[in-house]
Amino acid sequence: MSDPSQSRYEVVIGLEVHAQLRTESKLFSPAPVRYGEPPNHSVHPICLALPGVLPVLNARAVELAIRAALATHCSVHEQSVFARKNYFYPDLPKGYQISQYEDPIATGGWLDVPQEEGAAPHRVRLTRIHMEEDAGKSIHDPAIVGSDATWVDLNRAGVPLLEIVSEPDIRSPAEAVAYLRTLRSVLRYIEVCDADMERGNFRCDANVSLRRQGETRLGTRTELKNLNSFRFVEAALEAEIERQAGLLDEGRAVEQATMAFDPATGRTRVLRLKEDADDYRYFPDPDLVPLVVSAEQIERVRQSLPELADAKCARFEREYPLSAHDARQLTESRVLADFFEAAVAGHGDAKSVANWILRDVLRALKEQDLEIEAAALTPEALAKLLRLVDEGKTTAKSARALVPELVLRGGDPEAMVRERGLEAVSDTGLLERTVDEVIAAHGPDVRRYRSGEKKVMNFLMGRVMQRTQGKADPSAVREILRSRLEGDDPR
Amino acid sequence: MAKATVAALRAALDAGQQSARDLTEAALARAKSTQSSLRAFIRLREEGARADAAAADARREAGCVRSALDGIPVAIKDNIAMRDEVVTCASPILEGYVSPFSATVVEKLGAAGAVVIGSTNMDEFAMGSSTEHSAIGPSANPWNRKCTPGGSSGGSAAAVAAGIVPVALGSDTGGSIRQPASFCGVVGVKPTYGRVSRWGLVAFASSLDQIGVLTRTAADAAAALEVIAGHDERDSTSVPQPVPRYTDALTQDVSGLVVGLPEEYFVEEGVDPEVLASVREAVGELERAGARLRPVSLPHARYAVATYYLIATAEASSNLARYDGVRYGHRAAGAHGLSDLYRRTRSEGFGAEVKRRIVLGTYVLSAGYYDAYYRKAQQVRTLLRGDFERAFAGCDVLATPTTPEVAFALGEKTDDPLRMYLSDVYTVSANLAGVPAISVPCGLVRGMPVGLQLIGAPLDEATLLRTADAFERLAPQHVCEPPDPT
Amino acid sequence: MAHITRGEVEHVVALARLSLTPPEIDRMAREIDAILDYVETLRAVDTTGVSPTSHVIPLATPLREDRADDPIDPELAVANAPEHEGSAFVVPAVIEGEEEG
Repeated sequence: MSDPSQSRYEVVIGLEVHAQLRTESKLFSPAPVRYGEPPNHSVHPICLALPGVLPVLNARAVELAIRAALATHCSVHEQSVFARKNYFYPDLPKGYQISQYEDPIATGGWLDVPQEEGAAPHRVRLTRIHMEEDAGKSIHDPAIVGSDATWVDLNRAGVPLLEIVSEPDIRSPAEAVAYLRTLRSVLRYIEVCDADMERGNFRCDANVSLRRQGETRLGTRTELKNLNSFRFVEAALEAEIERQAGLLDEGRAVEQATMAFDPATGRTRVLRLKEDADDYRYFPDPDLVPLVVSAEQIERVRQSLPELADAKCARFEREYPLSAHDARQLTESRVLADFFEAAVAGHGDAKSVANWILRDVLRALKEQDLEIEAAALTPEALAKLLRLVDEGKTTAKSARALVPELVLRGGDPEAMVRERGLEAVSDTGLLERTVDEVIAAHGPDVRRYRSGEKKVMNFLMGRVMQRTQGKADPSAVREILRSRLEGDDPR
Repeated sequence: MAKATVAALRAALDAGQQSARDLTEAALARAKSTQSSLRAFIRLREEGARADAAAADARREAGCVRSALDGIPVAIKDNIAMRDEVVTCASPILEGYVSPFSATVVEKLGAAGAVVIGSTNMDEFAMGSSTEHSAIGPSANPWNRKCTPGGSSGGSAAAVAAGIVPVALGSDTGGSIRQPASFCGVVGVKPTYGRVSRWGLVAFASSLDQIGVLTRTAADAAAALEVIAGHDERDSTSVPQPVPRYTDALTQDVSGLVVGLPEEYFVEEGVDPEVLASVREAVGELERAGARLRPVSLPHARYAVATYYLIATAEASSNLARYDGVRYGHRAAGAHGLSDLYRRTRSEGFGAEVKRRIVLGTYVLSAGYYDAYYRKAQQVRTLLRGDFERAFAGCDVLATPTTPEVAFALGEKTDDPLRMYLSDVYTVSANLAGVPAISVPCGLVRGMPVGLQLIGAPLDEATLLRTADAFERLAPQHVCEPPDPT
Repeated sequence: MAHITRGEVEHVVALARLSLTPPEIDRMAREIDAILDYVETLRAVDTTGVSPTSHVIPLATPLREDRADDPIDPELAVANAPEHEGSAFVVPAVIEGEEEG
């Protein structure tokens, strides 16, 4: 969307992502991390902040934090400190959140965000990554709770989060979305976070300000919160940029504020002015000791990191080989990439496997609203299906028709071909007889072909395919028809 | 029988002269008969205690005695959680709150077979030095009912001094076990920070709080501490070192023991001269028994009270933020909206002293003041810890008075918070440094008990208990009874 | 010279979600001022290069294995609640954005 205001001003965007870590239990309590439970069905005295409880740090959360930090090229600090962030809100049971403040677990780092086709990726630097616990949920919807109340559900209170803060290096709403996609892909690749915005385990706040082109000082920024989809992120940023540009055009100042985006109106509005900087009274949590991670532990995690997307993409292009476009699509998700490689191991023709996955499997997934992780189709089954086509045991068309079912329910392609009578008719004798029948039945068309209307071949092909219920191998049929029609063997 | 020690009660149980049920009934009866004059307890747990006592008797019958405390009636301070029991920290804001879990120390007492007969009175949220800041009213000192028993574990001290139970748990953040022990003429132990689990102790100041014991003798303290101490996975500040058998350390031998006397704690100013004389005499007894006295210096000791009040109130202001009327405890009626609910609930639910400390603590952490107050205090704390390390390089224990005065009158200091805070002058430094300390009775001044404080190196409770036990035997006249309160 | 003004006390009282009457605020200001006056003695201590104590006893970071325990009975979770609807806690309606601070 080319917006005149964006060319007058330079847009400066920084993003804060809260990513929920994939752990079984919470950050400081052994309560289970579960999604979709009724209120307070997944809590422990620690989550409820009962008098006398104490926090104990989850080992796996630390490991996942280190993994994320290494995968984004951050420096992992051997000592970091948990600090209390003090404020009052009903979904914050202790009246403070255990987070990290002056001494986070990781700082520095970057993500290379892909740009338009052909352009070099843009490097967005990361300021820091730190660990903190999530708050619970306040339920405001009057339809559920009535007009005078708010319900508090602490299932989510204490769930481990990584806060990933970028430098204000992002220059457009589109780039913001690209950054989020890249970050999401990395976090999924290393299995640190499911990164599903709809389920709320990947949340984004955006800070945006404008300045005149060429100006080096930052303008006053506003903060956009509660953006729960990539579409909203982009739309909210565009709306806020327009609003700020309008103010600046009139010579008015932008006030520091927290903004909400209303998708119905497409506009942003002020939720809260930030006149007083919030006084969270951070101090090191005296119930916890500093987190010390050894250089050995960091190295161990580094060794265990899987091959990341960009390395894998480059390797796919080089090794199989694949086109840059195909490689990028296949490596977008590690599960998809692994699927591809397993299928190639079973089949051998990388290009063919790539085509089938990108064309047929992905389409079937999309139609059935599934992710590749949920597909019942195995790489071995796909390889087998392709071999059946190669060996002429079934036609490509029949095979393609089986893909949706294989994706949804799985199964053995060979058995399915047999059960549904999809065996290709490859018996040459039968094919020749069928071709002859068609030629005999369509004399005028045959004459038209021989007089130069080569397009008639398709019609005659169609007749043959129909008589064989589509099971004839089209290329064999075409060959036989052609030789009959062109007089290799005139009848 | 009522005023016996753990050792004596145990002997009676072993000999079949008394049953656990007898002991529990006697304890409950004495608690009730002294309640109007002493108010040591905030709540009794009669049904539970009777059931536990019956179980103890059954065990003894079957020959399965669990420990030295099996069948012995004990009390816990009202800031220690016990499953399915009310715990309020003597605060209106927790009225009626029932804990669904037990503190680790309570679990350990249960595993040892001890019978918890009830919860003792205290200053609200452990903030105080006189047990006058309690929602149910003050406790009294069994030696003189017009005087305070000290605080904040005043109820526990009174319960032991009056012979209701031989062992009571308390908590000590700036002296809250040792000072009441001194005022009531009983033994009080604050362990090394991290020696006893804080899981289930309602937090006041997390980096200073420790649960400890009040008993009639050092030997009883050793037995009780052995039961409640130990590493706990549920407490991240719990030390992993195994617990020595403290009862085995009571050799009564102090020959060669080097006792340091911090010169900053033996100045004449600010202390009752008779108290100081009594403590000097006590230290002289140790010397006569073979200990060597040595002057030491803790140069930063004079900053300890100021340092303590900045750190403790800061941590407390954060620890008490959870009392908001949302999930448990008192909720104000008639509030207009959420902010109003918070303000009304907390203003109704907290007493004046608690509010004062929350305000001070919030201020100390607030933007612009954090560096000058909180951070500065934590730096001075580091220096004070260094002072202790140097002192212990040349000494086994340090000896000081426990308090600058004997028990003061009820109402005497309630109008002057600063004056109240200054009575902690000898005790707060041990909490700041995290080192263990014990108060043992060492005499009477004008009819009121005086306490000798011994401070030990980290995790060296054994030497403290050995010295205290030896001192008791050298000067047995100090293990004495207050006049009968009933 | 006052270390803390009446206005600052009011601000801190609000931050701590307390509410005091004007005489109570005056009294609180005086008491806190006296305490801060006493605390001024710390200014004299040379703390250059001294790290603040974070923990008195050095400890290796205790870590808990990532294994979920059974959650507590939801009825027990709200058993002490002054107001609840089923297993949810109930508070007066919160205006969205009336967060924090």
